[in-house]
Amino acid sequence: MNVQALSNIAAQVRRDIVRMVHQSQSGHPGGSLGCTDYFVALYFQIMKRNPTFTMDGIGEDLFFLSNGHISPVWYSVLARAGYFPVSELATFRKLNSRLQGHPTTHEHLPGVRIASGSLGQGLSVAIGAAHAKKLNKDPQLVFSLHGDGELQEGQIWEAAMFAAHNKVDNLISTVDYNGQQIDGPTEKVLSLGNLHAKWEAFGWDVMEINGNDMQAVVNGLEEAKSRTGKGKPVMILMHTNMGHGVDFMMGTHKWHGAAPNDEQLAAALAQLISTEKDY
Amino acid sequence: MKKYTFTEKKDTRSGFGAGLLEAGQRNDKVVALCADLIGSLKMEAFIKAFPERFTQVGIAEANMIGMAAGMTIGGYIPFTGTFANFSTGRVYDQIRQSVAYSNKNVKICASHAGLTLGEDGATHQILEDIGLMKMLPGMTVINPCDYNQTKAATIAIADYEGPVYLRFGRPVVPIFTAADQKFEIGKAWIVNEGKDVTIVATGHLVWEAIKAGEILAEMGIDAEIINIHTIKPLDEAAILKSVAKTRCVVSAEEHNRLGGLGDSIAQVLVKHDPIPMEYVAVNDSFGESGTPDQLMKKYGLDDAHIVAAVQKVLQRKGK
Repeated sequence: MNVQALSNIAAQVRRDIVRMVHQSQSGHPGGSLGCTDYFVALYFQIMKRNPTFTMDGIGEDLFFLSNGHISPVWYSVLARAGYFPVSELATFRKLNSRLQGHPTTHEHLPGVRIASGSLGQGLSVAIGAAHAKKLNKDPQLVFSLHGDGELQEGQIWEAAMFAAHNKVDNLISTVDYNGQQIDGPTEKVLSLGNLHAKWEAFGWDVMEINGNDMQAVVNGLEEAKSRTGKGKPVMILMHTNMGHGVDFMMGTHKWHGAAPNDEQLAAALAQLISTEKDY
Repeated sequence: MKKYTFTEKKDTRSGFGAGLLEAGQRNDKVVALCADLIGSLKMEAFIKAFPERFTQVGIAEANMIGMAAGMTIGGYIPFTGTFANFSTGRVYDQIRQSVAYSNKNVKICASHAGLTLGEDGATHQILEDIGLMKMLPGMTVINPCDYNQTKAATIAIADYEGPVYLRFGRPVVPIFTAADQKFEIGKAWIVNEGKDVTIVATGHLVWEAIKAGEILAEMGIDAEIINIHTIKPLDEAAILKSVAKTRCVVSAEEHNRLGGLGDSIAQVLVKHDPIPMEYVAVNDSFGESGTPDQLMKKYGLDDAHIVAAVQKVLQRKGK
């Protein structure tokens, strides 16, 4: 798929995100919009995926979302990639839905392999799944995504240490490096310091990419794939704008977990061209 | 009173180690993870037999639980091993989200549970773990009573699909159950049939209940003794059948009075057959350093305390 086609899907996914969050008047649009290009590139270009979903995912690449609150972007991309009907996006955060506020396996939503939401747990899960792939002699890769604020959780660094020590080199983890968290900029809440140096010091192969340029995301993920199998886990520090694609939501923590009203929805949709049909 | 004897004492954790090896031999999907306590968890034999199926995670229990959940996704049956304290309270949220809510086939195997950990003191003597684990939807909670039962339970949980908390201990205790027993998850074992009082015991307290039963027999009291090794799901039918006959109960466990086996039994009684009940359990306190025997005596968990509780409950029944 070429970059223009991927960008078109991303525009539709961004529409889905703001419409879903508006419809339920809850959810997390900021990080979802910031990571849209990554998700679209991953599912429509980068990952080798089996045609039908199975929990064990033998013979295909796996993805784990650790910062589960950006579920809107994942749900939209999973639906657009064919895991479940696009119409189901309308049930997001509603009673009796498979699209829970944070992703779960409890309602058996195809595409989701573990619950996430309570932060800091997904890297360990991804490492476990990557280790299982090696035991199974399955050459496919494991991808995981994490928030930058999430790196304040201690479990992340337990996992980071394990992955380097045990040469988990079939894993590509990405940090959504937008510098924002609920209470404000990460620099003010709890500074992450020099993340590049930290991950390198923990023994990871570290890259930095622009997460809001589709070509850069595709190239970055391809580059990351080429770095697997070389004895180190791969970390992508992905610089994004929280709220990317909707001008008034960009670059502020205020849209981390807030829903647009009717006027704001209209203003947002005016900036996002529908490329596939709205759900 | 049926006669129970023993020729050997062993620790229940060694039963786990032997069961893990056998489970590994039976099923090549069984894997083990440990947080820097291989010797304490008796995992050496498994590691020697299946080095590639063992993962040393270091002193990082949260990562261990998350990794175990991840490994199930590749079809494996992970057994995690560390002390009961670090298997539960330290990693409660990891178990809740990544294992229980996600319904992952992880076996959380916890040694050194309760007061009988002994000299290390209260930081390591968890008395709240049964309560923590049984509150998680979908979690099976098992607390076997001797070496043979622990070995059989370890093998049985490998064949069961779903999250399990398996709790065992540090000290050597009499081996009085059969070596060739078939372990049925959720099925009570009637240790002794009696008519005057039902003693329901789990873990190390089963042997204390047997000793208490012998003392009671000399006093002319005919105690029915039930071993509940599976605290969740609880064999309610076995308890109700017994109390229909005896009309009073004493529960016995190496756990806080709040939230343990006793509370599970009390809930069954309140709902179906409210009759007098007494608890033998730690009275909502932390433990302390000491030998296992000293601690069990001081905190009210030995045969003498079971006898006293029976006398009290019989008095209440008589009124």
